[in-house]
Amino acid sequence: MANIIDDATIEYVGILAKLELSDEEKEQAKKDMGSMLDYIDKLSELDTTGVEPMSHVFPVQNVFREDIVTNGDDSENMLANAPGSKDGMFKVPRTVE
Amino acid sequence: MAKQYETVIGLEVHVELATKTKIFCGCSTEFGGAPNTHTCPVCTGMPGSLPVLNKQVVEYALAVGLATNCTITQYCKFDRKNYFYPDNPQNYQISQLYLPICRNGYVEIDTPLGSKKVGIHEIHMEEDAGKLIHDEWEDCSLVDFNRSGVPLIEIVSEPDMRSADEVIAYLDKLRMIIQYLGASDCKLQEGSMRADVNLSVREVGSEKFGTRTEMKNLNSFRAIARAIEGERNRQIELLEEGKPVIQETRRWDDNKEYSYAMRSKEDAQDYRYFPDPDLAPVYISDEWLESVRRRQPELRTEKMKRYKEEFDIPDYDIEIITGTKHMADIFEATVALGSQPKKVSNWLMVETLRLLKEKEMEPEDIRFSPENLAKLIELTEQKVINSTVAKEVFEEMFDKDIDPQEYVEEKGLKTVNDEGALKKTIEEVIAVNPQSVEDYKNGKEKAIGFLVGQTMKAMKGKADPASVNKLLKELLS
Amino acid sequence: MNILDYTAVELSGKIKQGEIKVAEAVEAVFEQIDRTEETLNCYVTLEKEKALRQAAVIQGKIDRGELTGPLAGVPFAIKDNMCTEGTLTTCSSKILSNFVPTFSAEAVLNLEKAGAVIIGKTNMDEFAMGSTTETSYYGVTRNPKNPEHVPGGSSGGSAAAVAAKECFAALGSDTGGSIRQPASYCGVVGLKPTYGTVSRYGLIAYGSSLDQIGPLTKDVTDCAAVLEAITSLDVKDSTSMEREDTDFTAALVKDVKGLRIGIPRDYFGEGLDPEVKAAVLKAAEVLKAQGAIVEEFDLSLVEYAIPTYYTIAAAEASSNLERFDGVKYGYRAEGVEDLHPMYKRTRSEGFGAEVKRRIMLGSFVLSSGYYDAYYLKALKVKALIKKAFDDAFAKYDVILGPVAPTTAPKLGESLLDPIKMYLGDIYTISINLAGLPGISVPCGEDKNGLPIGLQLIGDSFQEKKLLRAAYTYEQCKEGN
Repeated sequence: MANIIDDATIEYVGILAKLELSDEEKEQAKKDMGSMLDYIDKLSELDTTGVEPMSHVFPVQNVFREDIVTNGDDSENMLANAPGSKDGMFKVPRTVE
Repeated sequence: MAKQYETVIGLEVHVELATKTKIFCGCSTEFGGAPNTHTCPVCTGMPGSLPVLNKQVVEYALAVGLATNCTITQYCKFDRKNYFYPDNPQNYQISQLYLPICRNGYVEIDTPLGSKKVGIHEIHMEEDAGKLIHDEWEDCSLVDFNRSGVPLIEIVSEPDMRSADEVIAYLDKLRMIIQYLGASDCKLQEGSMRADVNLSVREVGSEKFGTRTEMKNLNSFRAIARAIEGERNRQIELLEEGKPVIQETRRWDDNKEYSYAMRSKEDAQDYRYFPDPDLAPVYISDEWLESVRRRQPELRTEKMKRYKEEFDIPDYDIEIITGTKHMADIFEATVALGSQPKKVSNWLMVETLRLLKEKEMEPEDIRFSPENLAKLIELTEQKVINSTVAKEVFEEMFDKDIDPQEYVEEKGLKTVNDEGALKKTIEEVIAVNPQSVEDYKNGKEKAIGFLVGQTMKAMKGKADPASVNKLLKELLS
Repeated sequence: MNILDYTAVELSGKIKQGEIKVAEAVEAVFEQIDRTEETLNCYVTLEKEKALRQAAVIQGKIDRGELTGPLAGVPFAIKDNMCTEGTLTTCSSKILSNFVPTFSAEAVLNLEKAGAVIIGKTNMDEFAMGSTTETSYYGVTRNPKNPEHVPGGSSGGSAAAVAAKECFAALGSDTGGSIRQPASYCGVVGLKPTYGTVSRYGLIAYGSSLDQIGPLTKDVTDCAAVLEAITSLDVKDSTSMEREDTDFTAALVKDVKGLRIGIPRDYFGEGLDPEVKAAVLKAAEVLKAQGAIVEEFDLSLVEYAIPTYYTIAAAEASSNLERFDGVKYGYRAEGVEDLHPMYKRTRSEGFGAEVKRRIMLGSFVLSSGYYDAYYLKALKVKALIKKAFDDAFAKYDVILGPVAPTTAPKLGESLLDPIKMYLGDIYTISINLAGLPGISVPCGEDKNGLPIGLQLIGDSFQEKKLLRAAYTYEQCKEGN
């Protein structure tokens, strides 16, 4: 089963992943994704009826913390790597509501 | 004949939980604070950081679920909701899609046609985003992550409501329940409770649902009511013109009383939910659930019933006092200390409400203790202080929760009950007010009021007006 | 003996005895770096001043008897995807090329507590996505055994640094084989622990359900000592497991009598280089001669591991890497005035081709309409793969096989055919899916002198059995 990845799909994925590709990169991406998905299609050969999807490999559950304040004011560290900041806040291009 | 349209409304309500710390880290949820001073690598999405779930969030979610008659999903998980926005530090929000903690509940509201059940489709836990501020001077926006990671529950209703009144009744009911549980203070204006309205219209009698829109930015009951009205009209107009209603999110502007579509081609609205691999699933055992059930406080409806049976106070008083758990708690605690219910309710209904209104405070903000209120009532019962003095003392108690007994001692406010001293003062007052005395003797009842006033003044208020009145009449007869 | 020839544990012994000073060891390492680093490019960042300062502190503690562990005073290299407070941490990516963390990874803190001296941060495939350390923003790392070949990946820098004696031991991370494969290509020991053994706090995430930090060392003894030092229950990591039997150094016993070793037939099919096959089977014979019971069996589902892995890893990675957006840290594209274009430009300029490829694949398999067919399906196959291993470990104590189908390829060859490159992960990848521990131990060389690695796989939490088998092999193999 060949997966034909078209321009619309690459555009769409680009919006989801916030990536912009050059025309060349788009062509390569279509090919790459197509062949990777062809390879992943192999999984449909397996009968998985009745099998629960396993997201966690060990049956760990109920990992909690208590509702106690353990952190103080670390604002200096938090902003230490900011590409842009002002008045103790991270600066970004204007967002539109 | 003009078509009749029915409005179909569902609500998505976000409630900020009253935990001390955020949902996935030990940062404080305290309001205020300079920007980014309640943050850490986890709630700012630093590389290498990992979330750890606050157990109290689960406890509150369970309490709300039980109080709204939901089925608890005893094995539940967290999922990542992926979308890019600056107030979202990881550009994914940790939420629950596939296995929300509560499902299939309901609350009952009162409508003109009787009681009605509004279904709750599901309740799930999730984290809040940070705050985006638009800079006024520069063409940029600024992000403060103090609120990022504050725990929320989202309550999604069924599309069971048919009018703005029903919506308000539903929100009021939810708020009452959640406040009673102590899970949140549910203040719409402060944002600890937020409502998004999903609305569609259809011809009366139609079984099919129309296309619905979602409305955001509804910060008061008034705004909600106006938005519902506005959107209903907008959709009807479209349908009457043969145009389709487009499924979209609209932002309500309450000042301009209109909404506009928040359309963005940059947002594919495809959140690619998948189970968060960094968090362990939550298993709520039967024992755990039972212990939450046992710890559920009495909710308002039950409390009102009980008050009616136990305490001889008017229904109206019961309604006001049980209006908030805090006031109800104060009432019950004061009565438990021995005060008469009617006296306690009086202090709450008259002076407390008056001061709350004057100072623009909410009943939740009452600071005085039941112990002190009980002492005050005792002092008036014993006639140690008169009613005017009592009001003064109460104001101090309201502001600073002072101990009335100590205060009265300190300020020397006790009523002078010594008849001798009283008599002496009255005689002096009579002596210097011959006109009023004559007026009274000539049948002007009101004149006695003046003389009582003058006596009270001379006694610096520390007399019992009723006794003064009695003594005056005796001496003047 | 040249100080650089000591193992980590031997070096620490000499230091504790007072024969060598910590600063001497650090200086020796930096001298070696001066000799070979220009060719090999193992490191992204070197911290000589910091290391010498730390050496003085550690020396003081050792002198006062406060630090007595087997790694006290040992110079270590750390893969550049683990946060190190105050030291540049880049994941070998442009998008983090200016990022200095304000906290250190838990595993790094544990090492420092044990008295290790951090020399610097090693090169890797960008964001750990790769098998050759050729996708790094900071250039390729070369294999010390033959600089025209790759060192493997993604922990290529760490493996090469150990092999080239540019450190005494290193930490790497393993999501699909990224410790074991470079260990086998460079001729060093590399171990991936059971999932949850070493805290992931401070490890910059690639595939959260698959990632584990582990040691790259000169021998099995060092490996056990490092594993013991970095293992801990960390309350900051919800996937961190509480383990009781963590005295891994106690497993360094030469004894495999009665140990049941299973060799999967499906690992020895087409595509496996004959020299690799021969070396691995010879290693099995060594263990057999020591009393192990060696048997062939069918593991099954081997060919489904790679598509399962790439679906899951790409999906998780696409989400984990969303945070790199130019807002809070790292690279931000200049001169872009609007928000979403800023995101796009920053990420498109900041990420390399392989990372972008996997992000797109991951976004796609999670997207609406495809989630069930791809992602959920992969999670189901993952359950089946785990079951296959559970069944195998009911019969065997240890599974034995190759680490990679070949020895280290030449530089520049692998990236031309990504799928072929992915297929090279065939023996290592299912272990990550099943959360199992695996170790790579050198077991020979091909005719060109390129190292071959033997892989031993254990059941979950059975690192001790694994270490015992590996230690025994190491002690008994030809040349020992």
